[in-house]
Amino acid sequence: MNERALRIVLPIVVLALILIAWQSVVSLFAIPSFVLPGPGLVLHTLVSDGALLWHSLLVTLATTVEGFVLAAVGGIGLAVLFSQSRLIEYSLYPYAVILQVTPVVAIAPLLLIYLPQPLAVLACAWIVAFFPVLANTMLGLASVDHNLIALFELYKASRWQLLWNLKLPAALPQTLAGLRIAGGLSLIGAVVAEIAAGSAGAGSGLAYRIAESGYRLNIPRMFAALLLLSAAGIVIFFVLSAASHLILRRWHESAVRREV
Amino acid sequence: MNALAPAIVSLHDVGKTFDNGTLALDRFSLDVGDGEFVSLLGPSGCGKSTALRIVAGLSAPSAGAVAWPAGAAKLGFVFQEPTLMPWAKVEANVRLPLRLAHVDETKARAAALKALDHVGLGDFAQHYPRELSGGMKMRASIARALVTEPELLLMDEPFAALDEITRFKLNNDLLMLWQALRRTVIFVTHSVFESVYLSQRIVVMTPRPGRVFADIAIPAPYPRDERFRTSADFAGYCRTVSEALARATGGAS
Repeated sequence: MNERALRIVLPIVVLALILIAWQSVVSLFAIPSFVLPGPGLVLHTLVSDGALLWHSLLVTLATTVEGFVLAAVGGIGLAVLFSQSRLIEYSLYPYAVILQVTPVVAIAPLLLIYLPQPLAVLACAWIVAFFPVLANTMLGLASVDHNLIALFELYKASRWQLLWNLKLPAALPQTLAGLRIAGGLSLIGAVVAEIAAGSAGAGSGLAYRIAESGYRLNIPRMFAALLLLSAAGIVIFFVLSAASHLILRRWHESAVRREV
Repeated sequence: MNALAPAIVSLHDVGKTFDNGTLALDRFSLDVGDGEFVSLLGPSGCGKSTALRIVAGLSAPSAGAVAWPAGAAKLGFVFQEPTLMPWAKVEANVRLPLRLAHVDETKARAAALKALDHVGLGDFAQHYPRELSGGMKMRASIARALVTEPELLLMDEPFAALDEITRFKLNNDLLMLWQALRRTVIFVTHSVFESVYLSQRIVVMTPRPGRVFADIAIPAPYPRDERFRTSADFAGYCRTVSEALARATGGAS
């Protein structure tokens, strides 16, 4: 069997083994479904609660996408601002770091006090997701070929031309790497905020469903919701990776097949 | 030097001290005549690239002055690396100087294609730099320097990183371009053979701090070709220049 097939087949085999083991343990010890539901029941719940869970998924995804877009705009915007003025960078960058290193789980309850819930959830998604965009874009903007900068100087390029025609395109691979991380993080941010809002929340996102189902001992639905969240995370990762590859494939070494 | 040609640029006692205290250039004076092909030759670290960057205005002299007797000249600059933007096609790379000057796009495209034709890359306008060989990238870089039709072309060891076969070919093409377009060229190199083959005049520099050690004319007629490269004249000029270079570096090389 060739390498490529193995990479697909082996994880599937592992998955099948885990599912079989899981189902056997549940059946063998007659574990009640409010303690540990079998994989069959989880799938069944996924279908029977489909409408409810689907709606919740859309709510969480909407927050994630909004958080991601804000993180992209905020991260790239701040990086550009910092690259234009050292004073602004020195003044603000430490606070960006502080926002990043403070666990968002700890910030979420506070945000929920001061902001209406949808806004608080969005703020959480943004706080976790913007930093990798900022840090990567800053690195990209600072790593532009010095000779290319000299060339732009020689032809009397304006600040704007230097930024738009040289620095931003040169930083694009790093920015895209940051965005790829931000996609997964904004989902995490949205989930954390929904969980923190918990029973107090009026929201109906997937994480809220998990918390709610927990209180109601509806464990199969918790698993089903968790499954959907994972799937959402995987889809986000692949969509962003594919987008990054498509954008860079003509020119960047990372996306070009190595000739052997 | 072609004594009849008026100087296009004159450096008077130019000095350059870097922030870390290194004295790179010291009382460096040079007149370059209009239409001349001059090489700056010296060991690495002798300040020849610094001198070129000062002429280009990319670096400010710490002492002395750069004068443009006939007014500021339009410049083209070729770096040691091709220095192309990898995300832009060859044509867009070559067009860049015109784009930065807000030249009408249709005109700029035509000028870029013409410049690419000059360097023999007409068929590669729509390729990305990574699809070109090292020599072709350097040709694209030269086309970009030519696209604004500069009066003065500054070249900083442009062929140093290329293999010898490619370098000889590009030497010949550069000479043909120079004769066809009649621009002034200041060419920085550390190769005695390359400087003798190309130049009308070679300025031999001392190692740090860089000063003019000798100013040697190479009166061989143009067009020069492979016959010149293997001639006794060529060997003679090379010996003269090598000896000057050895004395400039204190015989250490």
